[in-house]
Amino acid sequence: MSLTSVPDGSMLARPDIGTLTFSFDGAPVRARPGDTVAAALLAAGIVTTRTTPVGDRPRGPFCMMGACFDCLAVVDGVGGVQTCLTEVREGMDVQTQHGARVLHD
Amino acid sequence: MREAFDVAVAGGGMVGSAIALGCAEAGARVALLDQGDIALRAARGNFGLVWSQGKGDEYPAYAAWTRASVERWGAFAVRMGEAAGAEVGLRQQGGVVFCLGEAEYEARAALVARLHNQPGGATGLRMLDRAALEELLPEAPLGPTVLGASFEPADGHVNPLMLLRGMHAAFRAAGGVHLPGGTITAIRSGPPFEIAREGGETIRAARVVIAAGLGTMRLAAMLGMEVPVRPVRGQNIVTERLPMMLRLPASALRQTVEGAVQIGVTNEEGQDAPVTSVTDLARMASRAVKVLPPLAGARMVRAWAAIRPMTPDGFPVYAQSAAHPGAFAAVCHSGVTLAAAHRGLLAPSILTGELPQIVADLGPGRFHARAA
Repeated sequence: MSLTSVPDGSMLARPDIGTLTFSFDGAPVRARPGDTVAAALLAAGIVTTRTTPVGDRPRGPFCMMGACFDCLAVVDGVGGVQTCLTEVREGMDVQTQHGARVLHD
Repeated sequence: MREAFDVAVAGGGMVGSAIALGCAEAGARVALLDQGDIALRAARGNFGLVWSQGKGDEYPAYAAWTRASVERWGAFAVRMGEAAGAEVGLRQQGGVVFCLGEAEYEARAALVARLHNQPGGATGLRMLDRAALEELLPEAPLGPTVLGASFEPADGHVNPLMLLRGMHAAFRAAGGVHLPGGTITAIRSGPPFEIAREGGETIRAARVVIAAGLGTMRLAAMLGMEVPVRPVRGQNIVTERLPMMLRLPASALRQTVEGAVQIGVTNEEGQDAPVTSVTDLARMASRAVKVLPPLAGARMVRAWAAIRPMTPDGFPVYAQSAAHPGAFAAVCHSGVTLAAAHRGLLAPSILTGELPQIVADLGPGRFHARAA
């Protein structure tokens, strides 16, 4: 099974797709107020948020409670953000994190 | 009752595992007695340095012993890789100690000079000024207060968890018998020595080596050896994996092969609870940020504390029992650095019934001599 998406999101289907819109890698994603970024991404069928620094393997939300660090992404320009601990906001810019994030002075 | 072993090693951490491995590779039938996951195991919490620089100031015997191990580390790592398929991640291309400000630089330069002037002095160790340091570490975004560093080309670092796993795997591959899970309750003199453990099991062996870290004092006393050891807590931080910025290990700061930055370390006397404190972690992080300012934006993934076994003068202790020939003890806080010597020099010598000459000045008698 592909790790990049759940085919039609049906396993996560829910009647209310939400009133907020944020973007993931430039594409609009709908979310409900109070959702974490990770939850909103999973609900939209997006299961990969980063690739690993060493092996370039796909990773995505797993533990959903801040322990596994697999759900990291670049949120509004800041890398290494745990999306399962970050509440989604209107207009948020979320991007796939490719490998280790770069630190800036 | 089990067969009698040639050697029983009490303690399955860095020191005991290396000695047991060396004995097993030399053909002895070896039992490695261990507590288990409840043990206060420094081997699972340490920094992973293979480190000679700065060690043995005014104690040439320790400096020589450390160098003997550092020189053997490359072959040791290769051998473990072959025997157990266990890559321990040795990177031995030198190590630095950063100096923040003039006072630190001058103090470090004085130490380097002393170590040069000792008998058998450290010939590779030298000071680098800021320009030389930038040439050595072009990728390192050094902070403005880093005036320079000491540099020892023989030093390096290793993945300490993989090292412990690798030594256990190589030990089993060499026919060793690992017996975790039981605290030793009594040792009766031999030969053969009879080691009683919780649960009623008794292990017999022609020789016994006590290498049980903080437990060494209690167990060595059962065989007439006085080996004083006290707990010293060391705290550690590890960050998320980051792009490579520090190619060489730097004492309390290193970047792993995978990219995580590990930041150390405290030396808290008499503390035997493996807990961290925000105050200490903040101080450690603050110094690391002075060395590499971009670390200010790094995320801490974990912090932990390990309890080191420390002798009265901080140098290793190797003992052989006068009352009970065939009984030995070994304890130190540099179990990673000294692993190659414990396996390659100490273990074969123990099989002959004697400690190696190179550790003659590292016996427990030195504490009595100074007190007298």
